[in-house]
Amino acid sequence: MKILIIEDEEQMLQNMKQTLEKEDYLVETATDYDSAFSKIGVYDYDCILLDISLPGKNGLEILRELKSRGITDGVIIVSAKNSLEDKIEGLNLGADDYLPKPFHMAELNARIKAIFRRRKLKGSNQLKIGNLSIKIDSQAVSVADKELTLNRKEFDILFYLASNKDRLVNKSSLAEHVWGDHIDQADSFDFIYSQIKNLRKKLSTNNAEVELKSIYGIGYKLTAS
Amino acid sequence: MKLLSYTTRYFAGLLLLALSVFTTIFYFQMLDEIYDSLDDGLQNQKILVINRAKKNPEILNKNKFEDGYYTIHKVKYEQIKEVRDIYRDTLMYMLNEKDYEPVRLLETVFEQEGNYYKLKVITSMVEEDDLIEDLLYSILFLYLGLVLCILVLNNFILKRLWKPFYSLLNKLKNFNIEKQELITFEETNIQEFKLLNKNIDRLLKKSIDSFKAQQQFIENASHELQTPLAISINKLELLAENEKLSEEQMHILATTLDNLERMTRLNKSLLLLSKIENKQFIEEENIQLSKVLDKISIEFSDLLEHKNITLNKNFESDIAIKMNKDLAIILFTNLIKNAILHSEKNSEIEVKIASNKVSISNYSTTTELNPNKLYTRFYKTGNNKNSTGLGLAIAKAITDKYALSLTYHYNKRHHFTVNFD
Repeated sequence: MKILIIEDEEQMLQNMKQTLEKEDYLVETATDYDSAFSKIGVYDYDCILLDISLPGKNGLEILRELKSRGITDGVIIVSAKNSLEDKIEGLNLGADDYLPKPFHMAELNARIKAIFRRRKLKGSNQLKIGNLSIKIDSQAVSVADKELTLNRKEFDILFYLASNKDRLVNKSSLAEHVWGDHIDQADSFDFIYSQIKNLRKKLSTNNAEVELKSIYGIGYKLTAS
Repeated sequence: MKLLSYTTRYFAGLLLLALSVFTTIFYFQMLDEIYDSLDDGLQNQKILVINRAKKNPEILNKNKFEDGYYTIHKVKYEQIKEVRDIYRDTLMYMLNEKDYEPVRLLETVFEQEGNYYKLKVITSMVEEDDLIEDLLYSILFLYLGLVLCILVLNNFILKRLWKPFYSLLNKLKNFNIEKQELITFEETNIQEFKLLNKNIDRLLKKSIDSFKAQQQFIENASHELQTPLAISINKLELLAENEKLSEEQMHILATTLDNLERMTRLNKSLLLLSKIENKQFIEEENIQLSKVLDKISIEFSDLLEHKNITLNKNFESDIAIKMNKDLAIILFTNLIKNAILHSEKNSEIEVKIASNKVSISNYSTTTELNPNKLYTRFYKTGNNKNSTGLGLAIAKAITDKYALSLTYHYNKRHHFTVNFD
């Protein structure tokens, strides 16, 4: 899997690169549009992370260029602007997804995984970890072919953590992903814990070969046991 | 006290003083003149009587006033020390007034055929008390007349002169810097008012400019802070994935992350607040508030369950309003979130729609809040480290934007009411 990150903020670029390399992707970077253009001209990428708010040229032009070559699949627009027009125009030009800055790396990870699933695993939209399998379209979860009944939130948590398998997912990242932006001023994320507890119980009574670990008040990690 | 009343008061006082001094001087001068002319008259009478006595010595025996105006007494030479005229005031019984009235008397001595005679001539004179009374009345009338003139002057002429000033005052009172609208000045030919208007206009422009700059600064600053904050959080998250870290190091990491997240939340709220104030939410649509409130209550169901708080929806009617949907959601999310955060465990929150009002009430051990400070940025009641102190400021900014009123009252429960009238 080959990913190109077009981003001018050096530290941000390093973070994204490091995160994605942990997932064993081949990551290339460009810090301006010119070098981005030349890279796109030479290589094919499975996924392109495109910051459209770089100084100089408009990032949407790169998207137009990609579209003219018929390779807009797998483009995720990253924008600090969080403006609706950018989002609509970007998606109209064929981008797959839109991720407003700032974002959690776990969220980025989940979005990239979703793109790869859509592109590579056409039809069999399924995530498997040990004897646990998550059917994404039908939102069904089963352990060794026995279906689990999960409520909406439990499913979202499990799916998000599974998308970030073996990675530490920050509590606030989990809360934002599952409960939405508006929850983020809640006095604590303790309420997440009760959902995690229920989920753990359901997984362990069904002998799922996964474990939900709490990491020091920072967040949670899903690992295969 | 109003400016015009002040001038009236000072004028009235000054006039009273000036008129009193004037009247006193006038009175003595007039009296002096009267005495002068009376004495001249008496002098004339004296000469006439002496002349008549020479022709008609009979009158030398007239030693009582009775029906005349003079008396003559024979005196011995030794009794006369010097011959001179003496004028003095005395009292005499007047038949017509049936009272003693002041008269002017001239006493003199003359010689006729070797004999000396003392002559007294009188004339009736001004009654000073009457004179004073008359004078007082006329002065009083004059004074009242003048004061009336001043009042008329103030109320009709000065009031018109000062009109631009009062209109300016009124406009300044209604001036709201958040609306960023300059005030229009009334045309005036008075130079001082022109200058005042010009300077106020300049001041207002300057204030609006710095207000805008301040808002822009907050927006830019919080915008620029986003990326470094996100980078720091990401870096620490990556660090936290390092298996070699000790428990103690992880603990420090967790605390640092917590604080950075808090800063991010604060920054997000500030950015949102300036975006609302900088009018960046333009799109409007028709919204049914019951739907918005239903959606929000579902979003908060886990948090409610966690704190074991019951949320009672009491929709007697529904409200339809045209506004930005995100702002409508943010407004009620903030109010409900606020109610949840400050509610006691196992208590109830009521969300009520009735007669064009949405009211959200909760119970907490905190008693009545200070309604003047409630919507101030960073005003916090408790010591809740996770509260940004911006939630209600945001709610207020939204209601202000749509000219709605957001009110608070306390009757053992805290009530926040948005009025859509």
